[in-house]
Amino acid sequence: MNAALLVIGLATLGALALGLAAHRGVRMTLEQWTVAGRGFGGLLVFLLTAGEIYTTFTFLGGSGWAYGRGAPTFYILAYGSLAYFMSYWLLPPIWRYAKRERLLSQPHFFSRKYDSPWLGVLVAAVGVVALAPYLVLQFQGLGIIVSIASYGSISPTAAIWIGAATVTIYVMISGMHGVAWNAAVKDALILVVVVFLGVYLPVHYYGGFGEMFRAIDAAKPGFLVFKPTGQSVLWFQSTVLLTALGFFMWPQMFSAVLTSKREQTFRRNAALLPLYQLILLFAFFCGFAAILKVPGLTGTLADQALLRLSVQTFDPWFVGVIGAAGVMTALVPGSIILVSAATLLANDVLRPLRPELSDSTIALTMRGLVPLIALLAVYFTLNNPPTLVALLLMGYAFITQLFPAVLCSLLPRNPMTKYGAAAGIVVGVVVVAFVTETKIGFADMLPFLPARVGDVNVGFAALILNVVAAMLVSQATRPAPVAATSASR
Amino acid sequence: MRSARWLVALPFLGILVGTAFANQVEPLVLGMPFVLAWIVGWVVVGAAAMAFVYTTDPINSAPKGEDGRDCS
Repeated sequence: MNAALLVIGLATLGALALGLAAHRGVRMTLEQWTVAGRGFGGLLVFLLTAGEIYTTFTFLGGSGWAYGRGAPTFYILAYGSLAYFMSYWLLPPIWRYAKRERLLSQPHFFSRKYDSPWLGVLVAAVGVVALAPYLVLQFQGLGIIVSIASYGSISPTAAIWIGAATVTIYVMISGMHGVAWNAAVKDALILVVVVFLGVYLPVHYYGGFGEMFRAIDAAKPGFLVFKPTGQSVLWFQSTVLLTALGFFMWPQMFSAVLTSKREQTFRRNAALLPLYQLILLFAFFCGFAAILKVPGLTGTLADQALLRLSVQTFDPWFVGVIGAAGVMTALVPGSIILVSAATLLANDVLRPLRPELSDSTIALTMRGLVPLIALLAVYFTLNNPPTLVALLLMGYAFITQLFPAVLCSLLPRNPMTKYGAAAGIVVGVVVVAFVTETKIGFADMLPFLPARVGDVNVGFAALILNVVAAMLVSQATRPAPVAATSASR
Repeated sequence: MRSARWLVALPFLGILVGTAFANQVEPLVLGMPFVLAWIVGWVVVGAAAMAFVYTTDPINSAPKGEDGRDCS
């Protein structure tokens, strides 16, 4: 047992205790468990919606991509900011509608807006599909952190199991309440750790930021700018736009939005959260600092860059602090995703199929689903998934397909029919799944287009087909005649 | 001052379009490669624009919103 492991172990126990303590004094009704009774004030909503970006993805994935890819990692800084700017106009109407209709989830929103329970089921299914890589990402990060920070004394597999068990226990007992307080602790911890590392490592190893970037530029020319092909500027543009649009489409993001007490909160946060994003810069700096100091980490190993450099630089107790911060960044989003996935399956898939079930049965089912989902994610995590950023981009490609239907539903006169919405989502998701599975690029499918088009993010191209399909089918089903079902494909 | 909201188009243009013209390492700005500093700059400008929109948007000071909805 070394000092690092001790610190990480204590932090995990602390997170568990905090998660369990949070449910005291609250009767865990359905509304409390899923959206904390819509009673959270500005600070907690800030942390919940901001916490989305401070996950193990940014901590390890952001630095890992800076290390392995260079400039393409900058997209992470851009998309969240743009999403928050849009949130000023996007979130208040969603929140108002959800409050008036007492909605608990995103599929709920769809089924009510489009007056179609089946659309709700479809959206719930898309949500679960998109959440899967996201949860795997958190568990995978957890495995990396604990095994490296424990200097190899705990295997990644054991770490994943322990982490999954911790999250499962406190989510089952405290639901969304358990998540909120841990989110506060996590953000404070990660803020201090990342800023410190991002300043210390470049200064310690290179004498400053400018010196570090000049050294990298000299060693790897072209690494710090977008490439002429592949991950080019076009890739950056399409990826930023795709992920910015998808940002608030995540079911757990919807849930975080619904926890707010007031709509004012979103408008104020729209100015504050983009600045909060800038902390990500320091994660990039860590990754860049590692390039010349721990060379040779290729493929998924790049995700280990920040931690490897830390182990090489600091005493075990401080590696423990870094590891503890890392564990929190995996546990908190992991538990939010678990709450969301369980809510989706019980409330939005099971309930429409079996409307006779009571609230308490649904609530019980939700809790029962938590360990099952966690087990499934552990299974996928142990089966060699790709790098953290690749996982997230896959999730985003799926979830952004919901954006056109949400946007249209907020317009005074919705141009989209329920069949149009369903057709668009199905087309978008199928295209993403097909391209991800077969690894066929758009350049292969559409050879008559200029070669540069191949750089466009897959999810973005699918989004365009999604909109086209939605508009065509909406046109065909405009007066909503009885025979419209045949036109829904 | 509802027209203030168009200020928020600036960071979108700067990041989504402008990056194509800022894709270079030199000159370093605050020690960062130029393209990174460019993106960071637009995030800061955007946040400032957003703060301006927030303070000038009547919906944030009036107890009732423009549609007569309450903000409780």
